[in-house]
Amino acid sequence: MRKAITGHKAVAEAMRQIEPDVVAVYPITPQSEIAEYYADYVHNGLVRTELIPVESEHSALSACIGAAAAGGRVMTATSSQGLALLVEVLYIAAGLRLPIVMALANRALSAPINIHCDHSDAYLARDSGAVQIFAESAQEAYDYTLMAQRIAEDMRVRLPVIVNLDGFTLTHTVQPVDLLEDEVAKKFVGEFKPFAPLLDVEHPVTWGAFAMSDYYFELKRAQEAGMEAVPAVFLEVQRAFAEVSGRRYEGFFEAYKLADAEYALVVLGSTAGTAKVAVDELRARGMKVGLLKPWLWRPFPGPAVAEALAHLKAVAVLDRAFSFGTMGALYEDVASALYPLEKRPILVNYIYGLGGRDITVPQLVQALEELPKIRRTEWALRYIGLRE
Amino acid sequence: MPVRAARAAPEFVPRVRHPLERWLRTDRLPHIWCSGCGLGTALSAFLYALDELGWDPDTVAVVSGIGCAGRVAGYLRLDTYHTTHGRAIPFATGLKLAKPDLHVIVFSGDGDLFAIGGNHFIHAARRNMDIAVICVNNFNYGMTGGQLGPTTPVGARTTTSPFGNFEHPFNLVHLAASAGATYVARCTTLDGRRLQKALVEALSHKGFTFVEILAPCPTNYGRRNRLGEGLDELRYYREHMVIKHGADPKEADIAPGKPFLVGKFVDIQKPTYLELYQAKAREIGGEG
Ligand SMILES: Cc1ncc(C[n+]2csc(CCOP(=O)(O)OP(=O)(O)O)c2C)c(N)n1
Ligand code: SF4
Ligand SMILES: [Mg+2]
Repeated sequence: MRKAITGHKAVAEAMRQIEPDVVAVYPITPQSEIAEYYADYVHNGLVRTELIPVESEHSALSACIGAAAAGGRVMTATSSQGLALLVEVLYIAAGLRLPIVMALANRALSAPINIHCDHSDAYLARDSGAVQIFAESAQEAYDYTLMAQRIAEDMRVRLPVIVNLDGFTLTHTVQPVDLLEDEVAKKFVGEFKPFAPLLDVEHPVTWGAFAMSDYYFELKRAQEAGMEAVPAVFLEVQRAFAEVSGRRYEGFFEAYKLADAEYALVVLGSTAGTAKVAVDELRARGMKVGLLKPWLWRPFPGPAVAEALAHLKAVAVLDRAFSFGTMGALYEDVASALYPLEKRPILVNYIYGLGGRDITVPQLVQALEELPKIRRTEWALRYIGLRE
Repeated sequence: MPVRAARAAPEFVPRVRHPLERWLRTDRLPHIWCSGCGLGTALSAFLYALDELGWDPDTVAVVSGIGCAGRVAGYLRLDTYHTTHGRAIPFATGLKLAKPDLHVIVFSGDGDLFAIGGNHFIHAARRNMDIAVICVNNFNYGMTGGQLGPTTPVGARTTTSPFGNFEHPFNLVHLAASAGATYVARCTTLDGRRLQKALVEALSHKGFTFVEILAPCPTNYGRRNRLGEGLDELRYYREHMVIKHGADPKEADIAPGKPFLVGKFVDIQKPTYLELYQAKAREIGGEG
């Protein structure tokens, strides 16, 4: 069923179909409407979810952790400072292997305070142990919210999953979105199978126990095994989703006109849409350019990215956040993925779009056009759209 | 046909300065608040109170959190700080400890001070930290679109309680009094003069002081609860408020359609955190 809806509504609809047992949220621009739509569903009896309007994001994720450990399917959503506040317990959700799915309406972190999009919030959670997926459109945000649930709950994975969607650009704009029928979506997501739930009183368990130098290391290694399992599960879930939806997401990233390209961009989220227009424009002028848009950012699908980029002459990696004092996080991912290759493309790193600064087709065209002039990979940041 | 006389050109009036302008960063105006919002009145009463106190602006610091009420800090021509959501009180605590001579005032909203920042409020009150906390209570999170918060009355509609809130709300007066505040008052924005008086008292009182200002949020709370325009909400206050000084804070609950108390509830003296700190330092041989 095709509807014209915002990214928020798309995510809220996916949540309605998933119908978690518990949703705990605290409002923050630009996430608030997800919670508001969901509150409507709850209060209109469309879902049987317990909605807890908690007093902060730290409480939101803490309540989710409690509910998940008790054996429930749980979800939440946040943005920017909210993510920053809940990061403490995000590490715990990951360490306890709790499959909590969270929408993250990407917004710049303070200071200075700003409400518009960049990826500094997602980058803050980079090493938390949460799986991270980026959506380019409301459609992808909807589809990946459904898929995230399956990935998170797969017994090989059992980790929190963040579905990133660009604040305002995706959350607040109306786009056509194909929604699955409720029964189809529900069947795709499947029944939740709790693991060692606290509410199983016949089998008492302890969650969150101490592990000192005796076991901490092994437990963290086991957590990494959950991450290592993600790529295979991700592909399986994409295939299963294609069967029910007809929408074929094949692979960890979208490779747009990349196969025969000489130069390419790598970019996360909605900017990929702009980048496709830039690629088409240059292709029309005869320049062989392409785009790599990761859906899966954590775990980073390094070998697959390396294979997809190996044949290129030069690649511009675009980061929508600083990792102050070093190169952009996505750039570093791509650089380390390419390092094992004998012959690798020249790499450059651009920082762009901070705090909602617009990114335009001509800017991306220019970034691509510069690539043939760059002689070697340098340890230096470049900027798009910055007044200096 | 009679020819209408040309209207006389309006008399040239030199730009009239608002009497409170010296307290405001006029370059930041116009403000973001909606028409009919109670925040304008709350801010004017606060500025008139500062005027009345006659303090040197260099000795006053105002700290806000995030929210519509939290925007106050940014409009003041004073040393101000717009903290992260919920953290105005710890920031103010640090400020006061580093510069005990400053008058440190926290100006923020019900959500900021009592949801995400609730913990800080009770601890600053418990310690009797020498700061004044002014809370504009509009019964919801105005800034983010009118969600349910810790002061939303039972039965009230918000974007996250579309069929009416069923959670128990805080009685802020009672909370402040029980946590240890040495001055507690509640006013509405209907009553600018009384509010100014309460603010003067709270600001000049030693120790942790608290003023709750009930204010309309016509855009969110008012609209969803069919309270009409900002002015209608003020009429509601006039019809329902009961002025009573020295009432038991426990009786200060607020419920839709029911009378509610305004006035001064607590006005006591006890040693402040800094006094106790200095006394302890002297006792163990320091300089205090
Ligand atoms: C950590 C964090 N979570 C959420 C927000 C979003 N937020 C901004 S203001 C606000 C509520 C403000 O409510 P209140 O203090 O009552 O102020 P009002 O707007 O009603 O004056 C929220 C939830 C934020 N800025 N930071
Ligand atoms: S949303 Fe409410 S509190 Fe915020 S400015 Fe508008 S009326 Fe005032
Ligand atoms: Mg409020």
